[in-house]
Amino acid sequence: MLILKQSLFEQIQAHGARDYPNECCGALLGDGGGTDRTVLGLVPLANQRDDSPSNRFEITSEDVRLAEKAASDKGWELIGWYHSHPDSPARPSDFDREHAWPWYSYIIFRVEKGEPREMRSWRLNDDRASYAEEGIEYIAGAPA
Amino acid sequence: MPVKVIIPTPLRQFAGKHESVSLEAGTVGDALTALTSQFSDLKKHLYSDDGRLRSFVNVYVNDEDIRYLQREKTAVQQGDTISIVPSIAGGAKA
Repeated sequence: MLILKQSLFEQIQAHGARDYPNECCGALLGDGGGTDRTVLGLVPLANQRDDSPSNRFEITSEDVRLAEKAASDKGWELIGWYHSHPDSPARPSDFDREHAWPWYSYIIFRVEKGEPREMRSWRLNDDRASYAEEGIEYIAGAPA
Repeated sequence: MPVKVIIPTPLRQFAGKHESVSLEAGTVGDALTALTSQFSDLKKHLYSDDGRLRSFVNVYVNDEDIRYLQREKTAVQQGDTISIVPSIAGGAKA
């Protein structure tokens, strides 16, 4: 289960709406220990795929390092990533899977004609052939 | 020459949960070969089926990306740190 504060959920949605029709992306920071994970903060990032931003996103290793530092500065972990699928389902594509890392939580949400819709979270299985969906539990509260 | 290889968080479960591993190696390629020999489950996450490092696997020697050095032929020496750093990519179906 991925536990996500309502305020952070709304920030992710707003990012997707703002960047539509392009894909938005960002880092999830929080507590990765145990079966359930809690998202405590976000790092919205720039999509580096300016050649095809409407259906591709990329976060550079430099931005990954920045996100890791942002997490460690707060005593948190970098636990995953979010990105939007403009006018496409909130599930991983083959391209997502081919480029995914194990362990991370991947939030994917659909933005339909500029309006955020369903949000789902996924973790790559160890065989790299498929994902396991993890439920998202929304809780009240402001960012930590 | 022993070098330190830093394992990124998503791969530590396949490397005995170690944050870093000390290995004998003369080049980056030697270090990665030694790493995947010791921890074979890492291989499919670091390399594609054609034996090349996956495009989203970035390797640094100290603070230099090996793409700007000699890639996997980059020489390493005692005290060097090799970092495996993810980049993140994906996107909706075309």
